[in-house]
Amino acid sequence: MTAADVAPSKPGRSIRRRGGLLERALEIAIQVVALVSIAAILLILLFVGKEALPLLTSSEVHKEVTPGGLFAPVHDGVQSLYMWQPVSEVPKYNVWPLIVGSLKVTVVSLVFAVPLSVGAALYVSEFAGARTREIVKPTIELLAGIPSVVVGFFALVVLATWVQQLFGTEHRLNSIVAGLALSFAICPIVFSVSEDALRAVPHSYREAALAMGSTRAQTVLRVVLPAAGPGIAASIVLGFGRAIGETMIVLIATGNAALLDWSFGHSTRTITATIAQELGEVVIGSPHYNVLFALGAMLFIATFVVNFVGERIVHGMRRKLGTVS
Amino acid sequence: MTAAAAPVPGPAPRRLVGRIRHGDRALAILSGTAVAVILAMLAVIIVDVVRGGVGTLSWEFVSEPPRDGMTAGGVFPAIFGTVALTLLMTLAAVPAGVATAIYLAEFASTQSRVARLVRVCVANLAGVPSIVFGLFGLGFFIATVGKAIDAVAYGGHSVYGRPCLIWSSLTLAILTMPVVVVATEEAIRAVPRELREASLALGATRIQTILRVVLPQALGGILTGTILAVSRGAGEVAPILFTGVAYYLPHLPTNLNDQFMSLGYHVYVLATQSPDVDKTKPQLYGTALVLLTLTFLLNLVAISIRSRSRKRARGGH
Repeated sequence: MTAADVAPSKPGRSIRRRGGLLERALEIAIQVVALVSIAAILLILLFVGKEALPLLTSSEVHKEVTPGGLFAPVHDGVQSLYMWQPVSEVPKYNVWPLIVGSLKVTVVSLVFAVPLSVGAALYVSEFAGARTREIVKPTIELLAGIPSVVVGFFALVVLATWVQQLFGTEHRLNSIVAGLALSFAICPIVFSVSEDALRAVPHSYREAALAMGSTRAQTVLRVVLPAAGPGIAASIVLGFGRAIGETMIVLIATGNAALLDWSFGHSTRTITATIAQELGEVVIGSPHYNVLFALGAMLFIATFVVNFVGERIVHGMRRKLGTVS
Repeated sequence: MTAAAAPVPGPAPRRLVGRIRHGDRALAILSGTAVAVILAMLAVIIVDVVRGGVGTLSWEFVSEPPRDGMTAGGVFPAIFGTVALTLLMTLAAVPAGVATAIYLAEFASTQSRVARLVRVCVANLAGVPSIVFGLFGLGFFIATVGKAIDAVAYGGHSVYGRPCLIWSSLTLAILTMPVVVVATEEAIRAVPRELREASLALGATRIQTILRVVLPQALGGILTGTILAVSRGAGEVAPILFTGVAYYLPHLPTNLNDQFMSLGYHVYVLATQSPDVDKTKPQLYGTALVLLTLTFLLNLVAISIRSRSRKRARGGH
């Protein structure tokens, strides 16, 4: 595709002189560099997948672990166990404890972050004056600027103590602590996507509702909120994607116990933390190494799908409301 | 109905609001409380880190290497490593991000499938978990590119086929590029079309128009994106875990293939792998404060530049 094919469709830009060779080269260079992001996504898929592939194809690896073995329980003769114990005499690679760990932490963070962030978005878009909004919005964005390792450290040193005093949890580090810490990271994204969605609701909707005699609360709850519904759903989906992929906070604050356990008060371990914890000590090319890359590939695909769905919902809602920017 | 045509309509003007009822007030208070809680979360972290770390901060702390098993001395090598890392990252991420933004805003038509694909990839790149970038850096840059360089140029000696500064920087560059793209594209689109038309009408070529007219106008956006990218990159730990960061090094990194220390990793190590937590705690808080101050100041600068240039763009019409 040359630049000439593209240009005429944009009015006002088709009038231009033909540049020299250098200009043509620059134009082409810009377009080639623009493909970097496509290349990056493909390379990530390719190279994370490549190291995970022996899990599917290598019979050498299959002696220790099979793809089905990641999900099937381990039988020790007496009972079936769901265990993640890659470094032991008989390595056990069952990913359920990690998946459950990731879900537990994510659920806690969403339960805490979603009502707060959507509520805050509602206030900023419907109740706050222009002045307040201009202060509150960037301040909440600042929360996203705190490095996750600092949030994790705060959870370890301070939050864990508060949670233990409040809930009397058995383990100091657990899914509640990690989930609360995680909500620091996802509040900003849920807030900003929800707020965009609320602001995308056309003015006329509010005017119509108020003209019909609705109170402001009725207008917000029965007209604006439902109209922005898909966008708010998308904010939750995107928050979920961010939460499931977060690493440093959960690495520090979950207590790192890879056990299948449904209690929120117990230590746990997530998929991301497992990769971070074990990849440094693993023999490159070993089955354990391949399994960790397989976990990474699973995460990549899961977040890719989640983000894609979230983006589609936002786009669809904007189109429906006629506010495509 | 004119309001519906505006791209982002604001909230209802206050004079439209008729009767104020109890329900209205309750909803306002409830949602206002949510804002207060989020702001309190921000405050509580900052206050704790500042209170815990301010006693440790001194000239010695930011200018000396750690001593006595990380219980004394400073974090200079970690600051140096973080700066070197983000500087190299910027050299790769900013040109790529700006070129992508120019392509999206100036070259591609709205119907272009390639442009749509680029957009989807940029958005998804921003959502890839940071630990996956770590795996990618190890599998691609170190095990593939680095090993290939070693085989071709160094006769198989392990020079670039191991974790080091350049691979960490490039991994982070891919992670932070979307930030640059988004901020730059927004700024380029805010440049009035009349300026381009005037430039083209005077006989400038398209490239001249972009380089001499559009980009200078969009400089604020590029700067915002760059600063946000640096701030993000400085705080990330997961992508560099396996691609070059080290726990302790006696020398500062001087080559692209040296390992390095970083503030974020230093916080992680001190927080989780210290044999004597109480003894390292002052160092831990001090390091966290230095990191937080760095990322926070950068964010603050970026946000203020952005709001200023947005205001100017709005006022210009």
